[in-house]
Amino acid sequence: MNWIIGALVFWAVMWVLNVKLSKGPQTRFISLLVPFIFGVTLLVLWEGIVRGFAISPILLPPPSAIGVRFANSLPILWVDFVQTFVKGAMSGYILGCGSAFLVAIAVDRSPFLQRGLLPVGNFVAALPIVGMAPILVMWFGFDWQSKAAVVVVMVFFPMLVNTVEGLKASDHMQRDLMQTYGASYWQGLAKLRLPAAMPFIFNGLKICSTLALIGAIVAEFFGSPIKGMGFRISTEVGRLALDMVWAEITVAALAGSAFYGAVALIEKAVTFWHPSQRG
Amino acid sequence: MKSFAPVLAVVSAIFVIWYGMAVVLNSTWAYDKAKRADVTLSFSEMVADTMVQKKPLLPAPHQVAAEIYKTTVLKKITSKRSLIWHGWITLSATLLGFAMGTGFGILLAVGIVHSRAMDMSVMPWVITSQTIPILAVAPMIIVVLNAVGISGLLPKAFISMYLSFFPVVVGMVKGLRSPDHMQMDQMRTWNALKPTMFWKLRLPSSMPYLFPSLKIAMAASLVGAIVGELPTGAVAGLGARLLAGSYYGQTIQIWSALISAAILAAALVALIGLLQNITLKRMGMLR
Repeated sequence: MNWIIGALVFWAVMWVLNVKLSKGPQTRFISLLVPFIFGVTLLVLWEGIVRGFAISPILLPPPSAIGVRFANSLPILWVDFVQTFVKGAMSGYILGCGSAFLVAIAVDRSPFLQRGLLPVGNFVAALPIVGMAPILVMWFGFDWQSKAAVVVVMVFFPMLVNTVEGLKASDHMQRDLMQTYGASYWQGLAKLRLPAAMPFIFNGLKICSTLALIGAIVAEFFGSPIKGMGFRISTEVGRLALDMVWAEITVAALAGSAFYGAVALIEKAVTFWHPSQRG
Repeated sequence: MKSFAPVLAVVSAIFVIWYGMAVVLNSTWAYDKAKRADVTLSFSEMVADTMVQKKPLLPAPHQVAAEIYKTTVLKKITSKRSLIWHGWITLSATLLGFAMGTGFGILLAVGIVHSRAMDMSVMPWVITSQTIPILAVAPMIIVVLNAVGISGLLPKAFISMYLSFFPVVVGMVKGLRSPDHMQMDQMRTWNALKPTMFWKLRLPSSMPYLFPSLKIAMAASLVGAIVGELPTGAVAGLGARLLAGSYYGQTIQIWSALISAAILAAALVALIGLLQNITLKRMGMLR
């Protein structure tokens, strides 16, 4: 009982603190501190409730147990991370986004193809592409190649749609100006239209960064060598070792957030001129 | 309608590539069979064989179409082999999850718009929550909820909800904040209370933002429901058909489940598009 009361009191105190902080002056430090406090509060609530109600660790292990397990099985987690993220997700992400970008440039000169590809691409982007995973595992075998293939298929269309949209982003006046300068098609593309497309391209890259990790992990449910995050999650669930599962989830969350953050940082450097980055 | 011809061209190109790939991928098996039977295949015989294999590496489109026809029209709906039966199971989980996700998302958005503390503390975590590959956690959620005695529709719906609340939150926060200063000031000069301001100004002006989010949420929750069916051991639903097909190498079954999931997704998104048109037209917002 003490655990629950303690957690609730902690929650109340932190809530009041956050309300106070958010009403105060808005510095960079505060805008980082407030969500941090909220996150810590969630963890404390979780720990308190699990201990207070004596919830079996088979159902929901407390964060402390997950932390201990995480620290104790770093080598396994690292092997899984390399297999799934570095080999599967990253190679698929680079291949998929790269080829989508090249296709978008290739169809750029044909408005006919663009008008055809955009609706189809939008349609395919809304489809449950993860379902392709068993087929691709069948084609490319159990190792990371099939995972990369799933990621390629998943990221291709969102990236294509965003790049094609982006290449249309420069307006008539700007393109006319390039023409009065006597710029060739490729000069216009490199100097005006690609830079103007960057916000859209990075939007696509950000969406794809989360898709890539999901694709690589889910593909492992359909068959994988004896390492990999998806493999570990499905086998440890079978053994009811949920603390290990949560440790893998932590790795996935950290990797996903870091990946997203890295893309967002590059975006900030490349599209510094865009209104959304100046605010 | 002016994009009809281009779309048609692209779609037919996809079909041509599909048939071509089917020939290329299935030819190995066709030659293998011929070798074992000690006959040599001419090219046209090989092509003909790649179109009718029982377990092809890549089934030809007409094989998939035939399978879908066989498992929807020719089977009774109550039969466990009927795709409509499996589709309905997936659809019900999708819709339940979508409804919960939309409700939760809108509530969260209302809170975020009205409370500065909530905006600052919750919003970053909402964004972080989506970098967690929830689909990867799906098996655990299903198993854990099963252990507590919650089984059937709800666990799958939870996964759908987790995937679908995010676009709704983002869209609604943007939408509820879309009335500009002039409009807000006008409400204030009328001495409008916060609830009145919400119902008469904020909510109506958020509608154009809500519907595109709903479309994304719907597609996401279908994916959630399908993946949620994978760990239940291939009992029922389109996801189960995928898994069973991959266990037994029934490629035609995998593709037919995949295509019906695609049709389902397209129909659901189109339905929301229709609702969007009607609503916005009646509110006089359709451009």
